[in-house]
Amino acid sequence: MPLLEARDVHGGYGGMNILNGVNMAIEADEIGVIVGPNGAGKSTMLKAVFGLLTVSQGEILLRGEPIHNLPPNKLVQKGMGFIPQEKNVFPSLSVKENLEMGAFLKPQNTRRMLKQVYDFFPPLYDKRHQPAGELSGGQRQMVAMGRALMAEPELLLLDEPTAGLSPLYMNEIFERVKEINAAGVGILMVEQNAKQALAIADKGFVLAAGQNRFTDTGAALLADPEVARSFLGG
Amino acid sequence: MNELVFFINNVVIAGSVTGSIYAIGAVGVTLVFSIMRFAHFAHADMMTFGAFMVLLLTAAFPGVGAAVGLPTAIVMLPLAMVLTALLAVGIDKAFYKPLRAHGVKPIVMVIGSLGVTLMLQGLIRLFAGTSGQSLYIGERKEIFRLALPFEGVRAPIVITEPQIILFVLTFACVVGLHLFLNRSRLGKAMRAMSDNPDLARASGINTNTIVAVTWVIAGGLAAIAGTLLSLDVTFKPDLSFFLLLPIFAAAIVGGVGHPYGAIAGGFVVGFAETLAVFNWAVLLRPFRDSLPEWLAQAGNLAFVGTEYKIVVPFFILVAILVWRPTGLFKGKVI
Repeated sequence: MPLLEARDVHGGYGGMNILNGVNMAIEADEIGVIVGPNGAGKSTMLKAVFGLLTVSQGEILLRGEPIHNLPPNKLVQKGMGFIPQEKNVFPSLSVKENLEMGAFLKPQNTRRMLKQVYDFFPPLYDKRHQPAGELSGGQRQMVAMGRALMAEPELLLLDEPTAGLSPLYMNEIFERVKEINAAGVGILMVEQNAKQALAIADKGFVLAAGQNRFTDTGAALLADPEVARSFLGG
Repeated sequence: MNELVFFINNVVIAGSVTGSIYAIGAVGVTLVFSIMRFAHFAHADMMTFGAFMVLLLTAAFPGVGAAVGLPTAIVMLPLAMVLTALLAVGIDKAFYKPLRAHGVKPIVMVIGSLGVTLMLQGLIRLFAGTSGQSLYIGERKEIFRLALPFEGVRAPIVITEPQIILFVLTFACVVGLHLFLNRSRLGKAMRAMSDNPDLARASGINTNTIVAVTWVIAGGLAAIAGTLLSLDVTFKPDLSFFLLLPIFAAAIVGGVGHPYGAIAGGFVVGFAETLAVFNWAVLLRPFRDSLPEWLAQAGNLAFVGTEYKIVVPFFILVAILVWRPTGLFKGKVI
C-alpha cells in the first residue's frame, strides 16, 4: 500500500478549479517531487494534500485511509508534516520555542527530539535562544524543517524549500532532505529547481494546467528529452 | 517636604493606581487582539461584570472576609474571575464564533463587540441599578497614613488598603502572565498563534483551544481590573465603560499584540493622565521668593482641569497613531 496516494484530485479556491485531476503515489521510503511551470498547481496540490484546500472531486489516501478535507491538525496527528514556502517560522518565538511548537501534540517527546534536531542542524543549537525572525533565510528554512521533524512525521510535505536561497544553502537543503528520507520519512516536495530536485527524486510528477503531464521516476524524467525540452529549459 | 508628600500622594500613588488598572485592562485587550485580530470593545464591560459578580457575592456572604483578614470582595475575587471567564467564553461561543465561522472582516467583529458591550451594560444596570455602590459591605476601607520621619513634614503619605492590594495583584498578574507566556506549553502556543496562525495550525495546535484559553485569561484579568477599580472608588454600571478609551490608548501605545507593551502603555497613559491634572504650582511654592511674580502668584498650574482628564489618553492615542502607529514595542496596526 503506498504511503500517499492521490486519485483524480480536483480542487481550487472559491469555485475556481486549479487542480483538474492529479494522480500521484509514493511509497513510505520515497522522495516524490512535483515540478512544472508557474501556475501548474504544484503548491496547490501540496496544500490539497495537507487539507488547506477543499478537494471537490477525487480522493487522497494516507496508507489507504481517505484524508482529503481533514483539517491540518488532524493530519499532523496522523503523521503528516508540512513546511510552507513562506512564513514558515514563528518570527518572535525563539528557535527553541519554534521547535517545541512542532512537538505540540507530543510534548513527552520534546526533549529527545530537540536533541535530534540540534544534532541534525548544529547551527540551530547555537542560535536556540534567538528569535527565529532574526535568522538568515537558510537558517530559517532549517528551523522550519526542524519544527516539522519534531513531530516525527511519516510523510513530510515541503513547498519550495530552496526558494530564494543561495546555491550553497540550496545544496545543503537537498542533502538534508535526502538524509531525512534515508531515516525513513516519506517526502513530497514542490521545487522550482527541477533538475536538482528530480536528481534526488524516486518519483517525479510533472504538472501542467492542474494535471499530470509526465509521471515517472526522477531519473527517467531527467533523461526524457521531451520533459527536458518543455520543462527543464533544454 | 510637604510639597513632596503631596506629589507622592497625588502623582506617584494616584498614577500607579490608574496605571495598574489600565495595564491589566490593556493586557486583556491586547491578548484578544493578538489571537483573534479584532479590537474587543466589550472588554470594559467585562471588567464591570467581574466587579458586579464580586458585588453580588460580597452581598451574599458578607462576613467571609473578616475571617481571613482581607476585604470580602478580595476573597470573592477568584470566584468572580471564574464567572467572568465563563462569561467571556460564553460570549465568544454565542456571538464571535459564528461571526468567525462566516469569515467576516475584523470591523464586523468590532461592531459585534459594541453590541455585546451595550447588552452587558444593560444587563448589569437591570440588576445593579444605576447608582454607585460600595464593594465594602459592612466593612471599613482601611486607610494607612504613613508619617515621614522628617522635621517639618506634617502631611502623611496616604495609601488605602485596596490600593495596596491593587499593586500586589498587578505585580502578581504581570509575573504570572510572563511565566505563562514564556514557560507553559499553552502560553507558547498562544504566542505562536499570534505570530503565525496558519503555521500554528500546521503544527497541530488546536486553535479553538487557544481561543478559549485567551478568553479565560482575558475574562479573569478583566474581573481583577474591574473589581480593584470598584474597590478604589465605588461600583457603578458605567464605571469601566469610561475606561475603554484609555485602555485602548494603553494597548496601542504599547504596541497592539504585545502584552509587555500593554503593561508599559497602561502606566504611560496612567501617569500622563495624573501628571496632566497635577497642580504644579504646589511644587513651586517652596521657591516662591526666587520666582517671577506671574509664576509665583499662579494658583493652579495643571495642564488640564480634572474634569477634562479624558483628553489626555485621547491626545496620546492620536499622537501615537500619527507618529508611531506600531506603538512603543512595534506591535500590529489596528
